[in-house]
Amino acid sequence: NYSSLPPSTMNRAVASSANILDRPLGRGLRSSSTSEGFVSSSAFAYLYSELVQYHQSRVASISELERRLESAGYGVGLKVLELLAYRARESKRETRVMSILQFVSSAVWKSLFGKAADSLERSIDHADEFMIVDYEPITSTYVSVPADLGQLSVDAYISGIVAGVLDGAGFPARVTAHSVTIEEGENPKPPINQGLPPRKDKAVFLVKFSSEVLERDAALDR
Amino acid sequence: IGTNEWLRIGSTFHSLHAIAAEAAPRRLPGNKNSYGADDGIEEIEAGGLVLRCFQTRTGMKFVITAEPGTPDIDYVLREIYVLYTDCALKDPFYELEMPIRCELFAQGVDALIERVEKAASIGKR
Repeated sequence: NYSSLPPSTMNRAVASSANILDRPLGRGLRSSSTSEGFVSSSAFAYLYSELVQYHQSRVASISELERRLESAGYGVGLKVLELLAYRARESKRETRVMSILQFVSSAVWKSLFGKAADSLERSIDHADEFMIVDYEPITSTYVSVPADLGQLSVDAYISGIVAGVLDGAGFPARVTAHSVTIEEGENPKPPINQGLPPRKDKAVFLVKFSSEVLERDAALDR
Repeated sequence: IGTNEWLRIGSTFHSLHAIAAEAAPRRLPGNKNSYGADDGIEEIEAGGLVLRCFQTRTGMKFVITAEPGTPDIDYVLREIYVLYTDCALKDPFYELEMPIRCELFAQGVDALIERVEKAASIGKR
C-alpha cells in the first residue's frame, strides 16, 4: 500500500530522515514515472497469508471472513483513489459509470498490481452488474482453498479495494469476488511464476451498483 | 498408503537419519554437516531403489525414492523445496507440521515429475 503523502513532502523526507518509517515505500516517483517502486511478491504473500489466518481464527462462517477481508481492503480503495486522482492531475473527476469502471480496471489495477485488469464486462441479465476479470490476482497466487471452505475467495480483499474506490468516487456499489473455472483455451498467458502450474480459476469481481447510480447515469444521457 | 503410514515411515526415517550420524566412524562437530544441516543419511542405494534425502538449512528433510539410475534427483528435490515454500508456506490454510493438502502443491509436484520424466525419456532415445 502506498503512503498518502503528496510527492513534495516525500522527497524532503527522503533527504532528511534516517528513520525507516519516514522513508517512502519502494523508490517512489523519483525513479521513473511508470514504475512506482517494487515490493517482493513473497513478502506480500506471507503478509496476506497472515492477514487471512488472523481473521479466520476470529470468524464463524465463510461469508464473515470474506466480509472482514473486504473491509480490510475498503480503506485501501479510498486512499488509492485519492492518490491516483492527485497524481493524475486532472481537474475533472469521473461522473459516468463506464469511465469510472475503466479507471478502476486500468489505472487502479496498474498502480496496484503492475498490469491492467484482464477484462471488463457488462452483465447481460442485469443492467446494474459489471464484471472485472483478473486471471492471476496476487492475493490468491499461492492459495489452495480446502474443499470444506467451498466457495471462499480470498480475493475478497481486492473486491474491498474496488468497493472503496467506487464509493469514494461517488458510485456506491456492492463488489464480490468469485472464482470461476477457466474454460479450455481461454487464457493464453502462462503463469507469472514459472514454477507454478497454470491456474484453473480466474477471479471475477462482480460490481453491482446501487440503483441511484444507474438512475443518475441514465439522467446524464438525456 | 494411508496418511498414518506415511507419518510412521517419515518418523522412522528421521530416527534412522539421526542414528546414522551417531554410528558414523567420523563424527562432525555438533553433528552438523558443511551445509549447516544435521548430519545423517543422505542416500541409500539398494538393488531396486535409490533413496535420497535433501535437507534444508532449517532442518526440513525432503526424501525421494526412485529407480536406480534416475538422473537429476537432486534437481527434483530442490524444485520440490521451491514448490513447498511457494504453495504450502504461503497458503493461509496450511498448518505447519500437518500433512500437506494444498492442491497447488500437488499439481505442482505432478507437473514437475511429468516434466522430468518427459526430459528423461527424450534423453534416452
